[in-house]
Amino acid sequence: MAAADELAFHEFEEATNLLAETPEAATTSRSEQLTPQGHVAVAVGSGDSYGAEDEVEESDKTALLQEEKQQPGFWTFGYYQSFFDVDTWQVLDRIRGSLLPRPGHNFVRHRLRNRPDLYGPFWICATLAFVLAITGNLTLLLAQRRDPSIHYSPQFHKVTVAGVTIYCYAWLVPLALWGFLRWRQGVRERLGPYTFLETVCVYGYSLFVFIPTVWLFGVLALALSAAGLVFTLWPVVREDTRLAAAVLLSVVVLLHALLALGCKFYFFQPLPPAHVAPPPRATALPPSILLPPTSPWSVATPDGQSLQAQHERTLLPALPTLRP
Amino acid sequence: MAEAAESPGDPGTASPRPLFAGLSDISISQDIPVEGEITIPMRSRIREFDSSTLNESVQNTIMRDLKAVGKKFMHVLYPRKSNTLLRDWDLWGPLILCVTLALMLQRGSVDSEKDGGPQFAEVFVIVWFGAVTITLNSKLLGGNISFFQSLCVLGYCILPLTVAMLVCRLVLLAEPGPINFMVRLFVVIVMFAWSIIASTAFLADSQPPNRKALAVYPVFLFYFVISWMILTFTP
Repeated sequence: MAAADELAFHEFEEATNLLAETPEAATTSRSEQLTPQGHVAVAVGSGDSYGAEDEVEESDKTALLQEEKQQPGFWTFGYYQSFFDVDTWQVLDRIRGSLLPRPGHNFVRHRLRNRPDLYGPFWICATLAFVLAITGNLTLLLAQRRDPSIHYSPQFHKVTVAGVTIYCYAWLVPLALWGFLRWRQGVRERLGPYTFLETVCVYGYSLFVFIPTVWLFGVLALALSAAGLVFTLWPVVREDTRLAAAVLLSVVVLLHALLALGCKFYFFQPLPPAHVAPPPRATALPPSILLPPTSPWSVATPDGQSLQAQHERTLLPALPTLRP
Repeated sequence: MAEAAESPGDPGTASPRPLFAGLSDISISQDIPVEGEITIPMRSRIREFDSSTLNESVQNTIMRDLKAVGKKFMHVLYPRKSNTLLRDWDLWGPLILCVTLALMLQRGSVDSEKDGGPQFAEVFVIVWFGAVTITLNSKLLGGNISFFQSLCVLGYCILPLTVAMLVCRLVLLAEPGPINFMVRLFVVIVMFAWSIIASTAFLADSQPPNRKALAVYPVFLFYFVISWMILTFTP
């Protein structure tokens, strides 16, 4: 139970650090509302768990907390409305926070302030899926300008693939991660690891960095994104054994890298499989070592030299390659 | 005072006699018509209770709905802050536009491989599910617009992009080249901007001011995707 001095005015950093270290501490009303005594209130967690378990000491906060205790059921519209309770500046602030991950700053505690939203993850995933498909199409278009024998087509099925991939990644991987963390932490009353929505929120915002750098989709974007995830997960897993923590973090980074590489190969191949009949003097290139076998390079060009050069460039997928 | 005053009155009222003098000439006959018809100007708008629409010709029925749709098209083409789209919403216009767009965008039977433009069903699903998603998003953010009103507005504001599709198809009949592409690009960009302006004029007021951008961004994304499909269309 919180002592009286913990409810007194603290600097923001101290308060959020306190919350990060001692999640059992009683939290007060929402951060947007200043209490009548002028305390800077620390944000409560998602109302269902924290609100129900806190004891309210000041009587004038009773009414506020009672409001929060009545969470609508999941079949009502109001339940879902509570996940979209964000303002424009909050969303922009969270996006900024995901772009610049810092080791001491935990995204969930400092940016989300334990109020996850679903607007960010949903629309960032949608934007990323469409941007991937569009950029893949652009790559094909530019490749066709250089090399007219490539057959250009809008490739609309890539939109479907992109959408399914991104949404599955952004929702199933956090589900697995959350389940794993819950299992490792035992059944402590949800105050230890993050809630499912917070995990989804972190993953969603971490995908934002791929949108502006989609042309690169390279090491820089991957590093930023994975760093955000790692810094957020670190406070939770550091209490675990070193082996488990290391394995978990490396699996998270590996999955993220796989997503990046997969997207790079699938959407940004410069020379897609051509469906035109190759001319008699076709030089079928040997399937390259690092490319997935589903994309045979049977493109025929009269000029094998430039093709070879492009081939060389795409054999190094880890380096960011700027398509001209 | 309907009684005829035929006698001037008592001798005791000698002074008001001139006042009542003219009354002796007045006679009110019994057969002044005091009945008539009261026409309420709003009566003509209560159509649904008027059984005569059952007896009207089919042409009248169809023309009435077409006129309503056409009126809303005009409101989209010249967007002002008006309530017509919101008050008398209907989904005929969005359906007509969506079907037209999907018919024009679908890939031909020649290009039947996986790599191609969208199928009819894909365009249809994108338009309708996109509109539903944007409406849900707007309502979840706390907007006070009804579900079908929002669908109506989003559907009608596809009109500029449908016009762009028509223009692009005509332009594509000419010979391909960079000029061809630049013309199409210009037309699509202008119509995209027009769609955004039109839909924002209708939808923006329904959101609280600190969330307007959050509600408008999905609309932007929606029309951007449709514009992209139009621009990359190859016959």
